[in-house]
Amino acid sequence: MTLAWIPLLTLLGVLIPVPMERFGRRLCTLATATPVVIALILVLSQLPMLLSGGLPHFSLTWIPSLGLDLAFRLDGLSLLFAVLILGIGLLIILYASYYLSAEEASGRFYAYLMLFMTSMIGIVMADNLILLWIFWELTSLSSFLLIGFWSHWTDARKGARMAMTVTGAGGLALLAGLLLLGDMAGSFDMGTVLASGEAIVADDRYPIMLVLVLLGAFTKSAQFPFHFWLPHAMAAPTPVSAYLHSATMVKAGIFLMARLHPAIGDSLLWSWLVTLTGMATFLYGAWFALVKTDLKAILAFSTVSHLGLITALLGIGSPMAIVAALFHILNHAAFKGAMFMNAGIIDHETGTRELDQLGALRHAMPMTALVTMIAAAAMAGVPFLNGFLSKEMFFAETLYTPLLGGLGWLLPMLATLGGILSVAYSLRLVHAVFFKPARRQPPKTPHEPPRLMRAPAMLLVMICIAVGLFPALLATGILELASTAVLESVPELHLAIWHGVNLPLLMSLIAIIAGVATYGLHIHLKRFVRQFAPIDARLVFEGAIQTIASIAHTLTRRLDNGSLQRYMSWLLGGALLLATLGLVQLPRLDGGQATHPVDGILLLGAALMIFGAIGTVVSHRHRLISLLMLSVVGLVVSLTFARFSAPDLALTQLSVEVVTMILLMLALFFLPQKTPRESSAKRNIRDLTLAGSLGMVIASLNYAVLTRDIDSISNFFVENSVPGGGGHNVVNVILVDFRGFDTLGEITVLALAGLAIYKLLNRLRLFMPHSDGEGRVWSPDRYPMILTSVSQTLLPLALLVSAFIFLRGHNQPGGGFIAGLITAVALILIYMARGVEWTQSHLDFPYQPVAIGGVAVATLTGLGSFVFGYPFLTSAFGHFHLPWLGDFELATAMLFDLGVYLAVVGATLMILANLGKVTTPHRPRKDDSRAGTQQPQPSSKEPR
Amino acid sequence: MLDTALWISLALIVMALALNVYRLTIGPSLPDRLLALDTMYVNSIALIVLLGLWLNTKHYFEAALLIAMLGFISTVAVCKYLLRGDIIE
Repeated sequence: MTLAWIPLLTLLGVLIPVPMERFGRRLCTLATATPVVIALILVLSQLPMLLSGGLPHFSLTWIPSLGLDLAFRLDGLSLLFAVLILGIGLLIILYASYYLSAEEASGRFYAYLMLFMTSMIGIVMADNLILLWIFWELTSLSSFLLIGFWSHWTDARKGARMAMTVTGAGGLALLAGLLLLGDMAGSFDMGTVLASGEAIVADDRYPIMLVLVLLGAFTKSAQFPFHFWLPHAMAAPTPVSAYLHSATMVKAGIFLMARLHPAIGDSLLWSWLVTLTGMATFLYGAWFALVKTDLKAILAFSTVSHLGLITALLGIGSPMAIVAALFHILNHAAFKGAMFMNAGIIDHETGTRELDQLGALRHAMPMTALVTMIAAAAMAGVPFLNGFLSKEMFFAETLYTPLLGGLGWLLPMLATLGGILSVAYSLRLVHAVFFKPARRQPPKTPHEPPRLMRAPAMLLVMICIAVGLFPALLATGILELASTAVLESVPELHLAIWHGVNLPLLMSLIAIIAGVATYGLHIHLKRFVRQFAPIDARLVFEGAIQTIASIAHTLTRRLDNGSLQRYMSWLLGGALLLATLGLVQLPRLDGGQATHPVDGILLLGAALMIFGAIGTVVSHRHRLISLLMLSVVGLVVSLTFARFSAPDLALTQLSVEVVTMILLMLALFFLPQKTPRESSAKRNIRDLTLAGSLGMVIASLNYAVLTRDIDSISNFFVENSVPGGGGHNVVNVILVDFRGFDTLGEITVLALAGLAIYKLLNRLRLFMPHSDGEGRVWSPDRYPMILTSVSQTLLPLALLVSAFIFLRGHNQPGGGFIAGLITAVALILIYMARGVEWTQSHLDFPYQPVAIGGVAVATLTGLGSFVFGYPFLTSAFGHFHLPWLGDFELATAMLFDLGVYLAVVGATLMILANLGKVTTPHRPRKDDSRAGTQQPQPSSKEPR
Repeated sequence: MLDTALWISLALIVMALALNVYRLTIGPSLPDRLLALDTMYVNSIALIVLLGLWLNTKHYFEAALLIAMLGFISTVAVCKYLLRGDIIE
């Protein structure tokens, strides 16, 4: 459980800063730092167990069907990274409280930072591949928020978007890779995966998986050619750069490679891909660090270069190389963190990061100058500092690796070249900022920052010196611990400053001397570089994004051109094609089942239905006649349902029919009563052909299905309806019990549609025509007396029918849906007879809560089964006996059905009554059009 | 005896339905068509009740009840539409 608390604490830390912000910056910083300190103590408290050879582990089943467990482990590698993440995080929290100006939202910043910290901790502690990936994506998201923290600044937005796109795309590749990897290992559990390295490497899919996983790692760790997002991410506030882009996030890819090394690292393909990518990145980054002029850009490219160095070491993959990689991760975090913080201080105190405007700062800020110089020396690999040690190990490994065979001398040569460039850019940075006289004045007069702002960087530099002087004492322990997680047998470590005169030392010497010389020739280099047009990665990236977007746009426009006819013809044509293909494969149409005897009533019913359908189409230009024809079809369909023993369907069809009719008439009112002839003869023939052939195919399909003896799932429902659901009406039991979850979804959609229509119609006011299609003015009698009397008599009867249908629904035809429609229609009748104003003054409650309440009742009924320890929507029923009333049955499904009823009533009334209201307030008053001879004014006060 | 009576009534009702549709098609005026549709509802009720008698089941009666009630409401709606255009005002 202790392990779960570590990410949990940092996650809780996300909630702290925003409410604490009002108590002042100092308290907010302190409160944010508290959970981090506790988490750090918890991590360190696991050390004794680790040292005694145990593996702290925590596991909770999450979604077993996906192989996803909430599982954490804390082996040496996790510990190393966790200490790095939490420790540097703590320093960054302190530093940021000085860095952010007083009016900036430090609460929001800290919340993002803690979110990021949580996701990083999650990555390094995850004991499940999918869980690791989830946290991986979270780092992309939280780093997006952090990079874009100054969202008013376009560079920040663009940089954030670029980082998000590149690392997000990599994350997608990684997901595919991890899924493959889990499949190959047979489990997503980290322990299993790490133990089945041989089987994985031998698998056929290994190369694909490797490339996918490496794509994820390389994009995250800014390896060439995906490095370009990192310099642009420097638009982030400097604490973010120091934390994400030097110490932690960019190391996530490296962590992943180190973590999975036992499982996937033992192949030639791995060595080639990773080593060469690493070397290319190492050199590329170092070169651009030398030519850039922005302080943070230099550091960004230098980071890219060092990440390349670590990647190359992981690619070489010998035990010593792995140790060197881990060592350099630590060292780089220390000196680069300090460098970034000092760059932030310089930026903060002078107002610029351009080398041109900086210079001779050693007088104004001597302490910062000293700290920066030591950190830069460590970065360059000067002896007696930590960077020297790991860099020398790197040189040694490039010398001894058998990777390139006959061309083996190439790697050490390139490594030395990179070393030369590192020395040159470090020297240039220090010289240009602190020694060389400034060419232009910086915007602000520089002076030393507050002591506490300097403290984090000073602490890191002290670590650099201490490790550089006493490596055996300080670093051996943690390195051995961390390498046990990656290596089977840890080599004996001899970390020392002096190994005697050997080749790596010579390479270091060459690097330093040649590096100083290179800086001396820097002016010529600059002149040389100026010949090439600079490539702005942002322009290239934006261009690519725009191109993709415009291709997608063109494609969409071609498919989605707004023509309903076209969509329908594609849809129906597709269905036609598929159904035809299926039918052609049938040996014969007739399945051999005996058909129902045909009598005169059936024949006439079919004829009426066909006639009605044709009539609807033929009269489509006279909308009302078309609607009446459609009613004939609906009526005959309901009769057919009744005739063939589907009373539930018949009832539903009837009530839906009348609601549809009212809805259509409400809408028709605003459309022209007659429409002009629009379709050409050619188009008519095309549509007729399509409709006709579809009709024939569907008819054949129906015939084929109906004449075959098909064993469908309906038998299950029929058999289990009474024992399982306690109802004799199978349809209703399916709706409220067996498939209750579907029904819940449907009523939710219905309620949402009702709410959306309510919102869309809100304040919509339309002109109304002053006469009907044939030019007759409207009747002056708004509320005919007979209608009002009859409707008021009908209402209680209708409600009684509705209650009856609802109550018997579980055992006899009926149920909440039909009952809801009947109630809604009965109320609509009152609306028609008495008008909106009268009805609303008598029924003064809004329908939105009714619909929402219905969904809530149904959901709560479903949730209720949790209380009794059953899965969602388990229903219960029982038989009860009451004196006078006798035996009766109660089922929780009834409660669920009540929810359906309420949702249907609410949603239907919300739609119909609101559609009816569109013109209401602006109709002429009764006395305005007294005789009916004068023209009623289409008086719309606020036409849209 | 009952069967014969049922057969005759069913045949007559079905014929009436066909004639209703004929009237609905030729019109000529909208109220004519509306009346035809309303009569169709009435005849459907008869048809359903007769079918229930013939097949000796009670399951059809709710359908008849609903047609009686909802058919009336649709007719009212169309009437209101013809009179005022706006059916809910």
